[in-house]
Amino acid sequence: MTMLEHRPTSPVPGWLPGATAPRTDPAPLLPDPSPVRMLGTDELKDQDPALLLDLYRRLVVGRRYNQQATTLTKQGRLAVYPSSTGQEACEVAAATVLRPGDWLFPSYRDTLAVVGRGVDPLEALTLLRGNAHTGYDPLATRTAPLCTPLATQAPHAVGLAHAARLAGDPVVALAMMGDGGTSEGDFHEALNFAAVLNAPVVFLVQNNGYAISVPLAKQSAAPTLAHKAVGYGMRGRLVDGNDVVAVHQVLAEAMEQARTGGGPTLVEALTYRLEAHTNADDATRYRGSDEVTAWQEHDPLVLMERRLRAMDLLDDATAAEASEAAETLAARMRAEFHAEPVLDPMSLFQHVYAHPTPQLLEQQHQLAAELAAEAER
Amino acid sequence: MTPTRTVTMAQALNTALRDAMREDASVHLLGEDVGRLGGVFRITDGLAAEFGEQRCLDTPLAEAGILGTAIGMAMYGLRPVVEMQFDAFAYPAMEQLVSHVAKMRNRTAGKLPLPITVRIPYGGGIGGVEHHSDSSEAYYAATPGLHVVTPATAADAYGLLRASIASDDPVVFLEPKRLYWSKADLDTTSAVEPIGRAVLRRPGRSAVLITYGPSLPVCLEAAEAAVAEGWDLAVLDLRSLVPFDDATVENVVRSVGRAVVVHESTGFGGTGAEIAARVSERCFHHLAAPVLRVTGFDIPYPAPMLEHHHLPGVDRILDAVAKLQWED
Ligand SMILES: Cc1ncc(C[n+]2csc(CCOP(=O)(O)OP(=O)(O)O)c2C)c(N)n1
Repeated sequence: MTMLEHRPTSPVPGWLPGATAPRTDPAPLLPDPSPVRMLGTDELKDQDPALLLDLYRRLVVGRRYNQQATTLTKQGRLAVYPSSTGQEACEVAAATVLRPGDWLFPSYRDTLAVVGRGVDPLEALTLLRGNAHTGYDPLATRTAPLCTPLATQAPHAVGLAHAARLAGDPVVALAMMGDGGTSEGDFHEALNFAAVLNAPVVFLVQNNGYAISVPLAKQSAAPTLAHKAVGYGMRGRLVDGNDVVAVHQVLAEAMEQARTGGGPTLVEALTYRLEAHTNADDATRYRGSDEVTAWQEHDPLVLMERRLRAMDLLDDATAAEASEAAETLAARMRAEFHAEPVLDPMSLFQHVYAHPTPQLLEQQHQLAAELAAEAER
Repeated sequence: MTPTRTVTMAQALNTALRDAMREDASVHLLGEDVGRLGGVFRITDGLAAEFGEQRCLDTPLAEAGILGTAIGMAMYGLRPVVEMQFDAFAYPAMEQLVSHVAKMRNRTAGKLPLPITVRIPYGGGIGGVEHHSDSSEAYYAATPGLHVVTPATAADAYGLLRASIASDDPVVFLEPKRLYWSKADLDTTSAVEPIGRAVLRRPGRSAVLITYGPSLPVCLEAAEAAVAEGWDLAVLDLRSLVPFDDATVENVVRSVGRAVVVHESTGFGGTGAEIAARVSERCFHHLAAPVLRVTGFDIPYPAPMLEHHHLPGVDRILDAVAKLQWED
């Protein structure tokens, strides 16, 4: 029997007859108030060097991916890009803690996690480029579509995890959202369901300080977002979101708990969005550059690189290798986005239903006729 | 500031909010990013600075919470104006809108009217990705208890928003986001337009295009293009779906005898179906042809690079007009 399963209620002195005492001691669920950090600590020594270097490489490539995608928006080759620059540690860790059978439920800012999961880096961008909605096969990598309506993917993660558990499969679902997303009803309903069902699901909140222009203080009055877990009866954990090893560690523990029947966890990663919300946003309207500068000092990539060099784990050759891989990917992105995508207008009618309605077939013929007439002109 | 100036629709809406807030202290704005940022489309720009952050409130990110809170505020005598950031992000508030905003007056035998204005940028044509281009007017129009208003010009944006805020009934105020940057003259001294009146934007004798919101400029363009084909098309802008201006529509259709309803949202079960039915019922003997509809296809709103194939354009409208030369 796990901590979170229902316990017989014990009468508490002074309690009204018939009322129930708290079913779970909240203390073990409460997040430790100081965020978990690994990079500056002795614990880092116990980590597998191969893992550390892998995380580092992924940070380097992820940063370059973010930069190149942002440049593509400036050139008008990508419609919009919500950059995760500054948040790469969360993105990288989210991808690396998942096993092949697990599922990722990302939101629109999580392209890097999606790519880290094995989705082709260019296919991951079709939504943001504007040529298709979800450009990748969600089943091939067990990665749900990048989700735009906030927090609506969270209950999906719960349902999938629940179903997997019913099937006896050791599958964990990881749902990602931002600090703003935690205000939505869907987020709360997902947490409640997850806890009640003891579903093998992990929620990762990337608290990057803002929901577009709205700072966290106007979003939530909770001591931390991780505290929100406790009221639903699940563990909340707080981690330094710019410390890739710490995020990896905390998520890995939560995944393991979930996988072994220990129930869901809400992880709040404290991080910062170094760029604007998207290329369409003007961040100078709501935050000062001094704040951004302060966070630049705490850049996840710089932190990791400095640490690995101090430990003599990273040398110039390995660093050069990583940046070469990053440049190769960036060059591929430029080349691919240089060419206009080939689109088929008739694809509008595909996949609306398993079997198109007669009305849809009629409309399909209408468009075909229009296109034929256009071609003749 | 002179009363008449050239403004964008976005500026006209901003001026309407400012004027309403200056005149009536019970007008409060609330929504996501409406404060310091001035909204993602800048419709509330400068209002938090002028009226304070309480009257122009940046809320937590929760549409059901925003609208539900607005209901309570209205019950206590305020006149809330809610901003939903994008069409498809208003859906979490559907429960509050349908079950409470629309029904409260009726449920309480008139004791709790809700003078709430829900502003929703809607529609496509701006290259938005998934969930940023929905046309949801049919859902709202099918909900008794709500007014559904949609301006197509800067002047109407001002006048209709003023009227909506002043209305003692809830109004879903749909802002065609692709017209936010279109400019026109605005005279704020004479501009408050009562809700519920259609306006003839262009007279014509061959047929009438009945439209609203984002499709109005497309219809006007089609009417220009039709001149070369020898057709003289009238263009009627509904401005309000609920209440519906049957009288004006009837007058125009009777005098012209042929009608096409044009809107960009999907056709099946859409507002065009309602309009075509009303016109057929009322003007049957004056019609030389069935009322036709030109609408978006019955598909989820497509990716931006394909949206121009979905949205009704001039050619699709002219094709329909050609069909109106009905011979059985
Ligand atoms: C239901 C819903 N409401 C509004 C929006 C519009 N919107 C898109 S992103 C965003 C801010 C989200 O902030 P946060 O959850 O902190 O994530 P971040 O963008 O910072 O990663 C808003 C309001 C949306 N996508 N979905």
